[in-house]
Order: sequence, then structure tokens, then C-alpha cells
Amino acid sequence: MLKHSTTTALPRAPVSRRGAISRSAIFWVAAISFGAGTVLAMMLFANITTRKWEAQSTVLRIADITETTIDPAEWGKNFPRQYDGYIRTTDNAKARFKWSEGRPPDAALAAAPAPAPSPGDPHAAKADSKLESDPRLKTIFNGYAFSIDYRERRGHAFMLDDQRDTERVKQRPQPGACLNCHASNVVAYREEGLKQGAPGSLADALTSESGQKQLFAGWEHINHQTYADATSLVKHPVTCLDCHDPKTMVLRITRPAFMEGIANLAKSDDPVPHFPSIEQWRKSGRAVEYNPNALASRQEMRSMSCGQCHVEYYFKGDQKRLTFPWHNGLKMDQMETYYNAVGWDDFIHKDSGAKVLKAQHPEFELWSQGIHARSGVSCADCHMPYKREGAMKFSDHQVQTPLAHVNQSCQTCHNYTETEILSRVDQIQKRTKSMLDRSEIAVVELINDIKAAKTAGATDDQLAPARAFQRKAQWRADFINAENSMGFHAPAETLRILGEAVDYARQGTTEVAKLRPAGAVAATPSTPPPPAPAPK
Amino acid sequence: MNKNQSNINQQAAAAGLVSVGILGGLFGAFGGAVGYTAHYASATSYLSNDPKTCTNCHIMNEQFNSWSSSSHHARATCNDCHVPNDSIIAKYYVKAEHGYRHSKGFTFNDFHEPIQITKGSRDVVIENCIRCHEAFTHEIRAAGRGYTPDADGITGGSDCIHCHSSIAHGPTR
Repeated sequence: MLKHSTTTALPRAPVSRRGAISRSAIFWVAAISFGAGTVLAMMLFANITTRKWEAQSTVLRIADITETTIDPAEWGKNFPRQYDGYIRTTDNAKARFKWSEGRPPDAALAAAPAPAPSPGDPHAAKADSKLESDPRLKTIFNGYAFSIDYRERRGHAFMLDDQRDTERVKQRPQPGACLNCHASNVVAYREEGLKQGAPGSLADALTSESGQKQLFAGWEHINHQTYADATSLVKHPVTCLDCHDPKTMVLRITRPAFMEGIANLAKSDDPVPHFPSIEQWRKSGRAVEYNPNALASRQEMRSMSCGQCHVEYYFKGDQKRLTFPWHNGLKMDQMETYYNAVGWDDFIHKDSGAKVLKAQHPEFELWSQGIHARSGVSCADCHMPYKREGAMKFSDHQVQTPLAHVNQSCQTCHNYTETEILSRVDQIQKRTKSMLDRSEIAVVELINDIKAAKTAGATDDQLAPARAFQRKAQWRADFINAENSMGFHAPAETLRILGEAVDYARQGTTEVAKLRPAGAVAATPSTPPPPAPAPK
Repeated sequence: MNKNQSNINQQAAAAGLVSVGILGGLFGAFGGAVGYTAHYASATSYLSNDPKTCTNCHIMNEQFNSWSSSSHHARATCNDCHVPNDSIIAKYYVKAEHGYRHSKGFTFNDFHEPIQITKGSRDVVIENCIRCHEAFTHEIRAAGRGYTPDADGITGGSDCIHCHSSIAHGPTR
């Protein structure tokens, strides 16, 4: 039976075993495939859910933010992405035209950033000295604090440490007005204002009537305190509260000097097509002062916020009232006209005896003369472009050079490759640098000529025309040197200003030459200008 | 023997039934997961011509918003310009290709920002420019001044979009 069964089963057995093997193989392959497929489908589902959720929810309110929340870390609990960028202003890409490093800008840009010192550390490395990289500045600012210590710009995170640490503040007494742009001072101003008798309490909204009175009263008082007293009132560099309303997060102006400056600008007849709300105010009867917090659009505020500090200014009168010279307009010449009219000099030049002006970082003013402002592009559009994490879109709070993210800053409008965009910027900045060198050389030669004529016995009357030319030429060259875009914010205006600088300096040199007896030799041999960098 | 054989057959049949049942269950779970995910992701909307479909993943919000206020808004939707309109096969082939590329990009977040059009997609758009504006642009094209993009299709050459890039949608700021 067994035998029979074996013999009959023999031809079938291998087939049936093979069939069983292949059937179970099919089963397992199919089961694993369906299982894995289900897992993948669920993963995709989870991903889509995340993306949908990201698109809907931008804020998870954890901390309670009020008018007195100065500490940015508190704001960071609700806005972690913005905060992450903000704290990274310690390690910004190095400025392109940092020639002090003795290497061409492209190499400087490509080089790995140096390990960033942490702000607050007293032993932290300082930024490189501009006076060492450009010794002409020592001559140009002789007799002024900027000839003692003048360093490269760096990220927002360093603003307070750098100001406390500069020899300009340590060796020369400076007023509390300096604090306007180097610290988060809104609450300090308001507290001081309340001490000075302003109405209300710190709980009032900053933009309320009492809030504004507190702010202005405190600001006016702190302006003329000593810097040491003023700086003891603050702890942080610029923070969230200096730009944002703590309840609604909308941008708002917090600096009294800007409110006064922009109101004065509105009253002038300088065309400002990049600020439509000012143009509108001018047409609408001008019943009350122009108030950016009430009238400016969101897009205008994305530039005005920066314009509270990145501007030209001076300290007016004994009260050291911080004043922006915009009464005639935002152009370099209009500010010069204002300074001449009020008789303002920043210092008397030690070598030449000329009464001269010192320009401060006029980014807002120069940008106002350029094509980007004219086209409605704000500071934040390029310096704080939108970035995306998943479906969540937010503005990059690591404020820095747009060249660090050409795709987000430039390619949103300019549909060219990054190489092409970089080479256009490079061309503008190299041309500016070359003309800036020439204008500084011309100013230094004029200073040396006047100095020599003075030593040779020329009178103040005789030197007056040459000194007047020095004031004009130096203001122009310094205006572009102090401005932080190496001409990019308004290339044509930049070259106009530098062209005038060279012209006025050379006219001054001619004035000095007229004083010399016929046949005498000039004080300084003419320095040949550096070879202009070859355009790419 | 016959009894044994039939027992074995019955056991095999039962095992087969269980296997089929498990497989069926797994297939059902798989089908359900895929189906629900597809439903959740509004998969059928991608077969339509509705411009809102293109903002399902929010990346094209700016393009959609600026198109909504452009002159082309009244005449042409996304699909009128961005997929071939000469044959249904070409249309759905290009749709599928875009769909694969876009969902891969959005899922893995590995795309260039801001988004940039590919050479193939640019060709499709230009064909569609000509489809509507054929008679009007005849002489321009005859003069050889149309449609000679560079190899990469983006940086140079002069085609319709080289000059008219913001006609249908553009930067909103």
C-alpha cells in the first residue's frame, strides 16, 4: 500500500512541493509588498498632514508677551524660527569689501567665517580696524574720535558691546543720545519718562498718547545724560520689542528721532515716490504732523523700521537732541545745506583747521536714491527675505548681506543665475571702491596742502576757500565710505557724489596753489591713484 | 489512504483560504490607505483645470495671487499655458510628469527656491503663447526674433517670456 502509494505519488510529489513553495513565496511577497505599501502610504499621509498643518498654523502662543517684555528669548518661545535667525546675527557672512584682510572680496566671501565670539564676553575678539586697513582715514579724521578707533561693521548682536568697548566712547565723553541705536531702550526710555512726570503706566500701549509722552520725555532726558549713566539702564542689543507691537506683531516706529525726522521730511518738497503715504499726506491738507505709525503701509514700515538707525544724524544743542537732518530732503546735498544753515560742524580738522562734517551710516538715505527704492523694494525684502520650512513661510530674522542668500533675496525678481547676479553686484562695488579710493586720496592731498600752506604762514582768510572745499569734498567721500553698501544701494548717485568729491578736493588744491609764490613746489607729491580693478 | 489524502487536501484548502483571507485583508488595508491618502490630498483635483489646484501645496500662492489680478486671469488658466493643449495624451503626460516632480520636491523639500521653470516646461508655455497669439506674432517669429533660448533655457536667449515674464503672473511686491 505504501509502496503503491509511493509509486503513484512519485511523479506528482515534486510538482506539488514546488507548487507549495511557489504559492507560499507568492503569499509572502504579496503580503510584504502590501504591508510595506501600506506603511509608505501612511508615511505619505503623515507628510501631507504635516504640510497642511504647517500652512495653517504659524504661531503657538506659549509665553505672554507685553509692552515690557524686553528679553528676546521670551518672544522666541512663541516665534522660534524668527528667534533662531535673530540670535544668528552673531555669525553673519563677512562684508564683501573688507579689504583689511588683504585678500580680494570674492575670497573673503568664500572663506569660512571665523568662529563667532559670543556677545557679552568682555574678552571677545573685536572687529578689524578700518584705520589700519585704510590709513587715509587717520588723516581725514584727525582731531576727531574716529581717528582713535574705527572698526568694521558686524552683526546686530554686537551693537551694544561694540559701543561700550570702542575707544571713541572710552577716551572721549559721549552723551546718552548714542544709546538710541545701540540698545533695546524702549522700556528704559518709558521708565525714565515716568520718573520725569509723564502720565500713565508701562502697561499702556506704546502708541497710546500716554505711551508716547513717556517715550519722548525719557528720550529727551537720557539724550543729555552721560553715556555711562545711560548705558547702565539697558541690557540688550536691539530686540523684538524695538520693531514689533507685542500684541499684534505689526511693525511700529519706536524711536522719537525718526518720528521727528520723517515728519520734517514730509514737510519738505523732496519727492519721495518710495513712500506713497508721505506723498498722500502732502496732498491731504497736512492738518496734523505726519505720523508713520498711523499712516505708513506695511511695505513702507519694512524700510522705515530700519531707517530709525541706519541714517545720518547729529546731536542738536546743549540738550544733545538726536536729530536727523532731513528738513530739506534725503539727498546728500540737501543734508549738507541743512548743516550749513544751522551752522553745524562735527569737528575742526587738526591738520587743516577746516570745520568739517562726519557722515554716519546713511543707508536709508542712499537707498532712497536708488532703483530698488523707486521700485518699491524695501530693506527687509533683500536683507530679511522670506524663507520656507515645509509649507511655513516666514521672514529671515538673521539680518545680513543679501549676498549670503542670493536666491531668496534677488532671484525672486531677477531671473538670472546666481553667478550672473553676483558678478553684477561685484561690478558696481568695484567701480565704487575704485572711485572712493581716488576721492579719499584727493581729500588727503588737499588736507596736506592746506597744512603746509598754514605752516608756511598763510592766514585764515587766505585758507578759507580751500577749507570750504575740504568740507564739501570730505563730506562726500565720507558719506560713501560710511554708507554700508559700497555703492550698491544707489550706484549712479554714489558715483555722482564721489565725482563731486574728487572735483571739490582738486578745486581746493588749486586754491592752495594760488597762494604759493610762482615756481614753488606743491607740499605733497601727487600720489598716483591705485590701478582700478579690472571689470570682470 | 483516501481518507488521509482527503484530510491533507482539506487542510491545504483551509490554509489556502486563510492565506487568501490574509492577503485580501492586507490588500484592503493597502488600498484603503492609498485611497484615503489620495482623497486627503485631493488627488482628483489634479485631473481638473481648476487653478486653485495649483495652490494645494501653497508653494504657488504668489503666482496664483498675482495671476488672479493679471489681465490673463480673464482668458487663461494655469493649464491653458502650462500643459500642452494640442492632444489629450500630451496634456496628461505633462501633467503626470509635473505632478511627480512637484510632489517629490514638496515631500522631500529638496527644490530650488524661488521655484524656477524647467526647459521643457518653458517650451510648453511658449507653444501656448503662440497658440493664442499666433497671427499677432507672425512677423516677429518670421523675423527670427522669437524663441531661441539658451541650452539651459532659463538664463538667456530671447523668447516670449524673456521680455513678457510678468504678463500672466509676477512678483507681488
